[in-house]
Amino acid sequence: MTAIIDYGAGNIFSVKNALDYLGIESRLVSDKESIEAADSLILPGVGAFPAAMKMLGSAGLVDIIKEQAKKKPLLGICLGMQMLFEKSYEFEECDGLGLIGGSVKKMEATDLIIPHMGWNKLEKLNDCPLLSGIGDDEYVYFVHSYKAECDDRNIAAYSEYGGRVPALVTDGKFVFGAQFHPEKSGETGLKILRSFGGLA
Amino acid sequence: MLAKRIIPCLDVRNGKVVKGVNFEGIRDVGDPVECAEEYNRQGADEIVFYDITASYEGRGVFLDVVRETAKKVFVPLTVGGGIKSVEDIRETLRAGADKVSVNSQAVKNPKLIKDGADIFGSQCICVGIDAKKIADHKWTVYINGGRVDMNLDLIDWVKRIEQLGAGEICLNSIDADGTKNGFDIEMLDAVCKACTIPVIASGGAGKIDDFAEVFEKTGATAALAASLFHFRELTVQQVKKYCRDKGIIVR
Repeated sequence: MTAIIDYGAGNIFSVKNALDYLGIESRLVSDKESIEAADSLILPGVGAFPAAMKMLGSAGLVDIIKEQAKKKPLLGICLGMQMLFEKSYEFEECDGLGLIGGSVKKMEATDLIIPHMGWNKLEKLNDCPLLSGIGDDEYVYFVHSYKAECDDRNIAAYSEYGGRVPALVTDGKFVFGAQFHPEKSGETGLKILRSFGGLA
Repeated sequence: MLAKRIIPCLDVRNGKVVKGVNFEGIRDVGDPVECAEEYNRQGADEIVFYDITASYEGRGVFLDVVRETAKKVFVPLTVGGGIKSVEDIRETLRAGADKVSVNSQAVKNPKLIKDGADIFGSQCICVGIDAKKIADHKWTVYINGGRVDMNLDLIDWVKRIEQLGAGEICLNSIDADGTKNGFDIEMLDAVCKACTIPVIASGGAGKIDDFAEVFEKTGATAALAASLFHFRELTVQQVKKYCRDKGIIVR
């Protein structure tokens, strides 16, 4: 069973819809026991970083997620991906989960529209189980104004938008993060979710 | 770089697609969920549902359509028509829409744009505009399906919308709509130059080259069409292949 962590932020229903469509058993959960019992975890998120970390904190879920991410696959989506990093500078300096080294900063591009919203191409950088079956000309759907800054070895794939935007990141073990929305990225996104479902 | 988007629009009344559809292999040609699935298969980058239901009961049926579609189609869904309040926005997003499109109501109550953007984020607030040319390089905004002239200058309105926090504009040309003579390049160009948010071109698409033209001559980031796709005069993949061959980036 995949636990979709419901802590009050984000479009959890589209993630649930996509997993249902793929036949991956999932549940919306907000308690420690369900997170412990799950085979894999999804951390969704929409909104602002400090508010989301605060909600995760007041739900008492920060430590359990950190602990469980050492033993079972975890996929952070959009803001959930950004929360995997050590720090964010959205509005204020704020600690993240620290599961992947690096930080999250405002995207800066003088001649480009921010937010980075729309379909952009996945450029593969490192091998990753979630990129299984993904070709060289596949697009995914982004909506965000902040981006991760991390070591190249943690970047499985990036997109070009006023420079490299980390799109799919990993700690090389159990932790994965998608800056884009796989649940809104058509067949490509479904393939990535199916691969994630297959890890557990 | 971001791909240019091709967006089919479905007009829905009482849970049924209004314009006749000729898709092969579809059981119920009037079923918006099945039509959306077909557009998804064709490679649509986004799907727009426009509710033209007048009644309260019809609204519930419409939201069921959105809910059912969100279970089967995994590209962004934009939902317009009948959205008058923050509550309407919330209800629509909860049903599975990723964005809402507000038109007449935004003109009558511009605060709706700001409230919606503050609460749900700019990325899910699209403002639809119907505009008509009145003089050289001058257009005014209409409401109620293009029936009422608000004597509101288009460019002033576009700038105001952006300040209020809209994430996107869907610009429909009343002059071009239904003519099949191509998008209103002059108006789109003027609007794209007056703002920094993405602009969707709407109204006038009649042949495949119209899509390439709008991307080559204006800053529009997406092109929308309804009847052209409904009547299968063109498929989304034909349009995309044509654009790709012309060097335009599409998914």
